[in-house]
Amino acid sequence: MNAIVAKNLEKTYKVYQKKEGVFASLKGLWKRDYKTVHAVSDVSFSIEQGEIVAFLGPNGAGKTTTLKLLSGLIFPSAGEATVLGHVPWKRENEYRRRFSLVMGQKNQLWWDLPAQESFRLHKEIYRIDPQQYTRRIDELTSLLEVRHLIGQPVRELSLGERMRMELIAALLHKPDVLLLDEPTIGLDVVSQRRVQEFLKYYQVKQKTTVVLTSHYMKDVEALCKRAIIINQGSIKHDGPLSDILDKFSNYKIMDVQFDGDDMPPDFSQWGEVIEKEAPHVKLKVPRNKIPEILSSLLSKYRILDVGVQERPLEEVISEVFTEQKNDMAQSHDRKSMLKSTTD
Amino acid sequence: MIARLRTNWIILKTSVEERLVYRGDFVFATLIRFLPIVTQIFLWGAIYGIHTSAPLKSIKGYSYQEMVAYYLLVMVGRAFSSMPGLANGIANDVRDGTIKKYLVQPIDMLGYLFWARVAHKLVYYLVAIGPFILVFYLCRDYFAGWPDAFTITAWILSLIMAFLVGFLIESLIGLIAFWFLEVSSLIFIYMMLNYFLSGHMIPLDLFPEPLSQWMQMLPFKYLAYFPGTVILGKYSHQELIFELSIEVVWVIVLFSLNRIAFQQGTRRYSAFGG
Ligand SMILES: Nc1ncnc2c1ncn2[C@@H]1O[C@H](COP(=O)(O)OP(=O)(O)OP(=O)(O)O)[C@@H](O)[C@H]1O
Ligand SMILES: [Mg+2]
Repeated sequence: MNAIVAKNLEKTYKVYQKKEGVFASLKGLWKRDYKTVHAVSDVSFSIEQGEIVAFLGPNGAGKTTTLKLLSGLIFPSAGEATVLGHVPWKRENEYRRRFSLVMGQKNQLWWDLPAQESFRLHKEIYRIDPQQYTRRIDELTSLLEVRHLIGQPVRELSLGERMRMELIAALLHKPDVLLLDEPTIGLDVVSQRRVQEFLKYYQVKQKTTVVLTSHYMKDVEALCKRAIIINQGSIKHDGPLSDILDKFSNYKIMDVQFDGDDMPPDFSQWGEVIEKEAPHVKLKVPRNKIPEILSSLLSKYRILDVGVQERPLEEVISEVFTEQKNDMAQSHDRKSMLKSTTD
Repeated sequence: MIARLRTNWIILKTSVEERLVYRGDFVFATLIRFLPIVTQIFLWGAIYGIHTSAPLKSIKGYSYQEMVAYYLLVMVGRAFSSMPGLANGIANDVRDGTIKKYLVQPIDMLGYLFWARVAHKLVYYLVAIGPFILVFYLCRDYFAGWPDAFTITAWILSLIMAFLVGFLIESLIGLIAFWFLEVSSLIFIYMMLNYFLSGHMIPLDLFPEPLSQWMQMLPFKYLAYFPGTVILGKYSHQELIFELSIEVVWVIVLFSLNRIAFQQGTRRYSAFGG
C-alpha cells in the first residue's frame, strides 16, 4: 500500500526584487518588481508503507520544499498529494497525529525546560497512553544514549544531544510517517553513526515510512535502498540506490596487485591512475571495458590479485549534480546566444 | 473534551514552570510597575492644587481622590490586559520558523498561546498580589468605600474580559507578520495608541468631545478605562450590563478576526528556513 503519493506537485514563490540604492528603494515603496521562483516544478512519486527513501539533490534543489508540502506546512501552487490518505495541507488533527517532521534544531523542544517536560507535553498533545509513554521514553533514551540528560534544560545541551532529543520528541507518538530534513547535519562522526544506527533499528522494528534528505551519502547508504534525485525542482532519477551507480557512473575502480616490481610504467591506455604504489595500483576504468583491460594486463604481466569496486556514491552524485548544472548553463548560453544573433 | 482540558492544563503547568525559570527578573519587573503611581499622586495633587487655599473640587466629574483611585484601578486592569511580548513573540515565531511546530503538531497555536499566557498571568499574580495589597492598603483613603456586590461582580467580569480583549488584540497584531514580516514598528504605534485609547494616560472623559465619545466606541477602553471606572461607581447597574454585553460582542468579533487571520496567514505562509 502506498503511504505517500505526490502528483505533479508544484510550488512557486513570488519574490520581491530589492534594488540597490536609496532612490530605487524609495521607488520600491509603491512599485515592486517580483520574480517567480520555482522551488518545486513538477514532482511526482509514490512511496510504499514501510519504505525508507532518500531525497538527494544539491543546495536549492527543492528537497526541503517537498518535505514542507508533505507535512502540510505550505500549500502547493499546483498538484496533489496524499499522505496516509490525507491531504497534508488540510492539517487535519487525525493526520497530524500520525506523522512527524524533524527539520533543523529548534523544533519542538522548550528551550528553557528539560527535555522531559517537552516530552510530557507531547504525551498530552498526541494523547499517548501513560504506560506506553513510560516504556517509549525508556526505550528511546537508552537507544540514543541520552537518558541521563533528560532532566537538563535543553539550552544547555550540545547540538548532537539536542538533535537526539528532537528525534525522541518526534517518535514518541509512534508516527507512521517520518519526514527527516538533514537529521545528521552538524553532528560529529560518532553521533552521526549513532543516529544512523538508531534510525535503521527503529525503522526496521516499527515499519515506519521514512523520507529523509541528507548531504551525507553515508547516511543514505546506511539507511536507504531507494533514492529520488531532485534537481532544479524536478525529479531526475527515482529508483534503487544501486541503479544510480549503473545509470550515472560510467566508471569503476579496479585494484590490481602485481607480482613483484614488474608492472607497466604507464597505465594511460587502460584508465586513469588514482593511486600507484608498486606493486599496487588503483585505476578508474570505463565499466564496459573491464574484461578487455583484464585480459590485456594478464597477457603481459603476472598479477596476484584483482578487485573491482563501484566508485563512492558521493563522488558519483556530485558528478551528476555538476553535469546537470553544466547542462543547464549550456542550454542557457545557447539561448542567450540565439538571442544575440537574432538581435 | 476531557483530553482537551487535560492538554490545556499541561500547557498551563509547563508554561508556569518555564516562567519560574526567570523568577528573579520577574519580581523586579513587578515592583517597577508600582513606581508610576507615586508620580501620579504628586502630579494630580499639583493639578488639583490640594495644598493651595482653593483646591479644585472636581475635573469632569473626578475628585482628586477619585483620580488617584482611577490610576490604582487602571493598574489592576492592566495587570490583566497587558500582554508583554505576545505580538512580538508571534511575529518572531513566524519569521524564524518556530511557528512550524504549531502547524505540524495536532495543537491549535492560538489556544496554546492563550493557555501559556494564562499561566504567565497566574505566576505574575502570585508574585504581585502581596505588593498590590500593600499599595491598596496604603492608599485606602483614596477610596470612598466598598461598592455593592453587583458592581464588584461586574468589575471581576470586566477584568477577565480585559484579559481576553488584550490577548485577542495583541495576537491579531502579531498575526499581521504573515503579511508583513516586520511588525515591530506597527507594535510600537499600537503601544502609543493604546496608551491614549485605553485610558492608561488619563480617563477617557477628560478628552474633549466628540473625541472622548469616539474613543469610547473602540474596544481599547476595555483594557484600562472600563475596569478602572467600574469600581468608582461611574455606571448604573443597567449601564454595566450594557457595557459588558458590548464587550462580549467585541470579544467575539476579535476572536473571529483572529481565526480568519490565522487561517489566511498560514495559507500564504512559506515556512521560512530549512
Ligand atoms: N520562502 C521562500 N521564498 C522564496 N524562495 C524560496 C523560499 N523557500 C525556498 N525558496 C527557493 O526554492 C528553492 C528550493 O529550496 P529548498 O529549501 O527546497 O532547497 P533544498 O533542496 O532543501 O536545499 P538545501 O540542500 O540547501 O537545503 C531554492 O532556490 C530557494 O531559494
Ligand atoms: Mg533543505
